[in-house]
Amino acid sequence: MNKAKTGRSATHPALPKAATGIEGLDEITGGGLPRGRPTLICGSAGCGKTLLAIEFLVRGATQFEEPGVFMAFEETAEELAQNVRSLGFDLDQLAAENKLLLDYVHVERSEIEETGEYDLEGLFIRLGHAIDSLGAKRVVLDTIETLFGGLGDTAVLRAELRRLFRWLKDKGVTAIITGERGEGTLTRQGLEEYVSDCVIVLDHRVSEQYSTRRLRIVKYRGSLHGTNEYPFLIDENGISVLPITSVGLRQVVSNERISTGIPRLDAMLGGKGLYRGSSVLISGTAGTGKTSLAAHVANASCLRGERCLYFAFEESDSQITRNMRSIGLNLAAWFKKGLLHLHATRPSAYGLEMHLATVHKLVNEFEPRMVIVDPITTFLGTSSSAETEAMLMRLLDFLKSRQITAVLTGLVHSGSAAEGSQAGISSLIDTWLLLRDIELGGERNRGLHLLKSRGMAHSNQVREFLLTDHGVELKDVYIGPEGVLTGSMRLAQEAREHAASLDRQQQFERRQRELERKRLALEAQMAALRAQFEAEADELKLLVAQEQTAANSERESKASMARSRQADEPAEGLGTRPRPTRPQRARK
Amino acid sequence: MKRDPKPPEPLDQLTGPANVDEWNLRLYVAGKSSKSVAAFENLSKLCEEHLAGKYHIEVVDLLVHPQLAKGDQIVAIPTLVRKLPEPIRRVIGDLSNVERTLVGLQLRPLQK
Repeated sequence: MNKAKTGRSATHPALPKAATGIEGLDEITGGGLPRGRPTLICGSAGCGKTLLAIEFLVRGATQFEEPGVFMAFEETAEELAQNVRSLGFDLDQLAAENKLLLDYVHVERSEIEETGEYDLEGLFIRLGHAIDSLGAKRVVLDTIETLFGGLGDTAVLRAELRRLFRWLKDKGVTAIITGERGEGTLTRQGLEEYVSDCVIVLDHRVSEQYSTRRLRIVKYRGSLHGTNEYPFLIDENGISVLPITSVGLRQVVSNERISTGIPRLDAMLGGKGLYRGSSVLISGTAGTGKTSLAAHVANASCLRGERCLYFAFEESDSQITRNMRSIGLNLAAWFKKGLLHLHATRPSAYGLEMHLATVHKLVNEFEPRMVIVDPITTFLGTSSSAETEAMLMRLLDFLKSRQITAVLTGLVHSGSAAEGSQAGISSLIDTWLLLRDIELGGERNRGLHLLKSRGMAHSNQVREFLLTDHGVELKDVYIGPEGVLTGSMRLAQEAREHAASLDRQQQFERRQRELERKRLALEAQMAALRAQFEAEADELKLLVAQEQTAANSERESKASMARSRQADEPAEGLGTRPRPTRPQRARK
Repeated sequence: MKRDPKPPEPLDQLTGPANVDEWNLRLYVAGKSSKSVAAFENLSKLCEEHLAGKYHIEVVDLLVHPQLAKGDQIVAIPTLVRKLPEPIRRVIGDLSNVERTLVGLQLRPLQK
């Protein structure tokens, strides 16, 4: 028994359901088909009715331990087994394991003569025997309407079919009855009148040369179900229906920040990089380095050991690998390690829904932490922009619900306003990087703007975006009176500024030297003056000394004269003090 | 291909009742339902009238042997299967319409 089913029936005891195991179908039916009741699947030829029915049985037998009986009215058992072998279903093996029974009911009108009353008890007995021999829980009748072609009495057939569906209910088997779509009715013979519990319509539509298969639940008695048309696809793993759950905005967000692989860009993004699970749009005109930037982010993801899924819609994987090697990214190594998966298809290969389906499928298989879509704008060529926007919205919703970081690139046509051309999805984008051509001085350079980044303080400055052989580099642009300068203009400007500052430095040094010189000159002057002063002082001292000596010698000569005249003056000379005035006065 | 001059002769011999000595008929029924009983009675009467002495009727009750339904591609009940002479022919219903039963068993040409 299926655990999911029993768990579900515990919360919703109203209607037990049998999980189909078909990707997505269980989600939109809220758990599967009504258990123990018949379900009608109708659609035009080639829309995948038989395949859906077979997958229902195969999944039942392999995943839910519910053996099944397939009663084919159109194809033989061998043909059926052959048809679904390409989808990986080995019916012969399942039959050998008694998990599946294929019964081909052949009714050929030309071989049959009808005489009198009859009923379809033979079919009941056959089916009953098949169910009992396997203990089958699931039954498919494909396509029972063929009986109307083989047998003439439609009144009997209708009565018998009504009885058959009743009988299937009583048997408690979950049944799928397929029916060809009729004019104005769901099925040619109005089977929907008899099978009233669950009706699913399959459709195969071609719009603008792109075909899309769609599935719609017309009716599901006693259960909530998605009412939209859901695209589905058939590939080597069977059917997958896309549960597009853009119904609510209840995604859990992460506070974790992840690096973009470009340190300067991380710095612009609040210093920490992107939020995990956010959506990033890199838009720009042709050749501005969108893919290179995206590849950087992918590379950073792989460096962290996280798987990254890269959808390339313009270049093949080998081309991207080669081109990225030229900027120093070795993506081939990540392919080998299984961390990077590159899915390259033409946008025109199939319709939008199919692309979305492919993304769903690959994401489910590869379980990446990051998905890159390069570029999203190519879808505009394949469908109307409203459809593309709806598809992208669903894509982003889907990735967000899984907390997968989405990096989208978008081509902006030069001449159009960059901000306007992606207005449709810009509101869904958390971080929007704009790469812009800056044409200046005969050069084309790249500038990177951060138009918005929700939930973080981010830089508002333009950076010059350089592609070097060791990766992307961001440089500050020169912003001055002459405007924004990039490339060689920026370099020239930088050189000029460098020269100017050198000049200023030299001038300053010269001034300083001059000052020093002046100071020295002043000091020299001061020294000279001092020397002069000292010289004069010396002279004065000398004069004073001479005067003194002269005075002394005069006094001595006077004294000696007096001694020679034998004056009565004291010879000791001690009494000279009161006397000197006299000779001085006399001299004057 | 080269026997163009008399093509209807061997065909008549093949399908006509006169030249065939062994008729192997199998009647599929489900229990003793009224249709099944009626079919068996009608068949017995018809065989006595047209194929006296050279027929063999086997009645298969699918309620007893359900596995036999698959082999002869039985959908409707009752079904009469002409195993011999070849080719296999099926007549469904209670065989109450004798004319149509004879046509179904190719005992009588369609025109009549």
